[in-house]
Amino acid sequence: MTDAVGILAFGGYVPRMRLQRSAVYANIGWFAPGLKGLAKGERAASNWDEDAITMAVEAARDCLGERDRADIARVVLASTTLPNADRLNAGVVKEALNLDDEVAAADAAGSLRAGTSALMASLEAAGSSDGPILCLAAERRKAAPGSESEMLHGDAAAAFLVGRGNVVARYLGGASVTADFVDHFRETGRDFDYFWETRWIRDEGYSKLVVKALKRALEKTGIAAEKVAHLVLPFVERGVSDGLAKKVGVAAEALADSLSANVGSAGAAHPGLLLAHRLEQAKPGDIAVVAGFGQGCDVLVFEVTDAILQREVSPTQGVSAWIARRKEETNYFKFLFFRDLVGLDTGARAEFDQKTMLTALYRDRKAVLGLVGGRCTKTGTVQFPKTEISVNPNDHAIRTQEDYPFAERKARVMTYTADSLTFTPDPPQYYGMIEFEGGGRMMAEIVDCDAADVAVGAPLRMVFRIKARDDKRGFTKYFWKAVPTA
Amino acid sequence: MAKGIKDKVAILGMGCAKFGERWNDSPDTLMVEAYEECLADAGIETSQIDAAWLAVAFDAVNVGPSGIPLSMALRLNDIGVTKVENYCASGTDALRGAVYAVASGAADIALAMGCEKLKDTGYGGLPVRTRGTSFDMIGIVGSAPGSFAQLASAYTAAHGVDAGDLKRAMAHVSVKSHANGVKNPKAHLRKAIDMDTVLNAPMIAEPLGLFDCCGVSDGAACAIVTTPEIARELGKADPVTIKAIQLCASNGWEMQFGEWDGSSVPNTRLAAARAYAEAGIRDPRAELDLIEVHDCFSITELVIMEDLGLSDAGRAPADILDGRYDRDGAIPCQLDGGLKCFGHPVGATGLRMVYEVYNQLQGRAGERQRATADFGLTHNLGGSPYNSVAAVAILGRQN
Repeated sequence: MTDAVGILAFGGYVPRMRLQRSAVYANIGWFAPGLKGLAKGERAASNWDEDAITMAVEAARDCLGERDRADIARVVLASTTLPNADRLNAGVVKEALNLDDEVAAADAAGSLRAGTSALMASLEAAGSSDGPILCLAAERRKAAPGSESEMLHGDAAAAFLVGRGNVVARYLGGASVTADFVDHFRETGRDFDYFWETRWIRDEGYSKLVVKALKRALEKTGIAAEKVAHLVLPFVERGVSDGLAKKVGVAAEALADSLSANVGSAGAAHPGLLLAHRLEQAKPGDIAVVAGFGQGCDVLVFEVTDAILQREVSPTQGVSAWIARRKEETNYFKFLFFRDLVGLDTGARAEFDQKTMLTALYRDRKAVLGLVGGRCTKTGTVQFPKTEISVNPNDHAIRTQEDYPFAERKARVMTYTADSLTFTPDPPQYYGMIEFEGGGRMMAEIVDCDAADVAVGAPLRMVFRIKARDDKRGFTKYFWKAVPTA
Repeated sequence: MAKGIKDKVAILGMGCAKFGERWNDSPDTLMVEAYEECLADAGIETSQIDAAWLAVAFDAVNVGPSGIPLSMALRLNDIGVTKVENYCASGTDALRGAVYAVASGAADIALAMGCEKLKDTGYGGLPVRTRGTSFDMIGIVGSAPGSFAQLASAYTAAHGVDAGDLKRAMAHVSVKSHANGVKNPKAHLRKAIDMDTVLNAPMIAEPLGLFDCCGVSDGAACAIVTTPEIARELGKADPVTIKAIQLCASNGWEMQFGEWDGSSVPNTRLAAARAYAEAGIRDPRAELDLIEVHDCFSITELVIMEDLGLSDAGRAPADILDGRYDRDGAIPCQLDGGLKCFGHPVGATGLRMVYEVYNQLQGRAGERQRATADFGLTHNLGGSPYNSVAAVAILGRQN
């Protein structure tokens, strides 16, 4: 089986905030009473400092675990909400993951099918690739306040490491159908999607294009529909997926949870998110089929292998763990503010010019984007950031430091405060001195937390987040922050 | 160790502008106000000044770059003027420059001026500023209260002090300084407050409430220094002399190495130890008659009492609540109201502290006069607890 091409590892990410749909309806129902039927459950909503890049990084870390990243040959990031139109988004992910410079990277975009198209292309390329391909998808969609999309969408990311070797799911093949079927669209530079009628989308889109692709893929791979153990369809509208499964002849119990009740549709990341979620319960020999929809349809067919039993996964890893880590949010206004859908008076302190000196960012990119510090080869002292002269007071060795990555190291709170004076979109701003296991310390922002989570000694993990946005020039500053883990 | 500067330099005169929200006064007006008093006290003319140092901590909204603003404001004699920026310790560092110039013999008479015009920003508190290109990419977005507030979390953890007890001791610090500020006509804030006001104030950065924080002010303060010999020639029979000035700039070990628990400011300890040695002070608790310390926040003053060796480890809250540092206590602290009430025009603050001690030593402190005043200490702190510039000066008489 070591020559098989397929999924070597998988993971995902769902942000902690879960906006209660009832809270949306409570605020918007006067205007859009038709949303009442959707006012149930919750949707995942990213924090103000998360975007497709940061969520992709989290999903990638979830996927990779403690696996050595040195052999990764390519990073692909699929999304319809990439923060940058012309700056390689996957390149930022590459830096955050501290991958070697000799790695290929590409963004994939254009439709909600981008995630499955990228996965398919990665699997097809994996056979002749120098090493595994990290295929990511992440989405942070904006929806007009009061729209169905606002209720149905969710923010999340998915990650797959694909390649040749001891795969957990062998890629059997797939099929694509392409047609300029415009169920919705969004022009470049616009915030919101424009939709056509649901009944047309269901009858002419899902029922014909998706079914065609599903049947073609099963036919190509020689898999009988009734053998499919896991059918992953990315639709969150009620009844759609059941109807499609029936049409194709796949058993109802094979249909993967659409996560519509607790996450919402994560766009281009949704098929991957659902697949990564479903694979958590897959058994060797299971056939898994995943579809992505957008101006046509991609269908990929996998066979789960014995390697699925040998996966080493921590209890905090995996889509299920991310779903379980949740914070209910009933403040609809806060959700809107975090997505720039409503303006607040941020005050004069927010006027600070956030210009990034690009020369310095490039020079310091390992420290800034990768959280790489230094380790003195003479004394063993570790520190952040890396400096010419060691901070060890007993031995100021010069130019003895080698790279020492801190991103995956656990940390603890040493000092902290909750600052109500400094500007942050989510006051108060928690920050403090944190100490890493194995040495090293830094002053760090503490996010995704409640007051009770922050105390001297509280355990933390590091996360890649937006540090600030330079609104004047349209540039996002990223850095690492700490999140309480207990 | 070097011989130090004990008694090599005397203060010939000092002046201090009224601190506060000086909406209609420019930096020039503030500097001239301090200088006029200083020059009259020194009994010299501008042409006798050989060199000058100007402390300004914030550039953007302020006095402006270089030594030229001082030279122009005072119409100095085209002498050498050095601009000093060393965070909130800039004022003491300017004095250090002037003192070193005189001690070296390079100058007979030197001037140190500190000035800050902070009420042109449009908002309260210190201006948001860059800390350098590289640092801005990895440093936290935070505020001064947030940086010092962390002392409280670490102090509570290190000494097992109840957070409520600590908060009450911190409140006492501010109540005491407000009581002292009432008696100081040059102070920014001259209103007494009670414990409940402090304890119930809005939170700025936990656990620091509004009254745990000093405000920011406009102001200027200056000193003219010379040798004790010249001072006597100019009519100062028993001049106030500099017993010590020590300044420590952190090399970053606190925030990058692992031997500090966050409950103290290590640089204050270093600067104090070096200053006590330079001044020949063996028992500061017995020898110091008054202290002016960098009470930017109540928790800072509390921690300083231990860092200066005046309270035992973990005992500062109790000593403070016992009144040890009150006006009538064993070692009165902030007789002039401190940063909390005299005000904090950053570049001027270190010189303002020296101004109070200088006046106390000469019995010129009016209503605030301490009966015995032979040795006074100033402590000026810049940066953050984990990456600081600490300056300690000790003043006394030559004999």
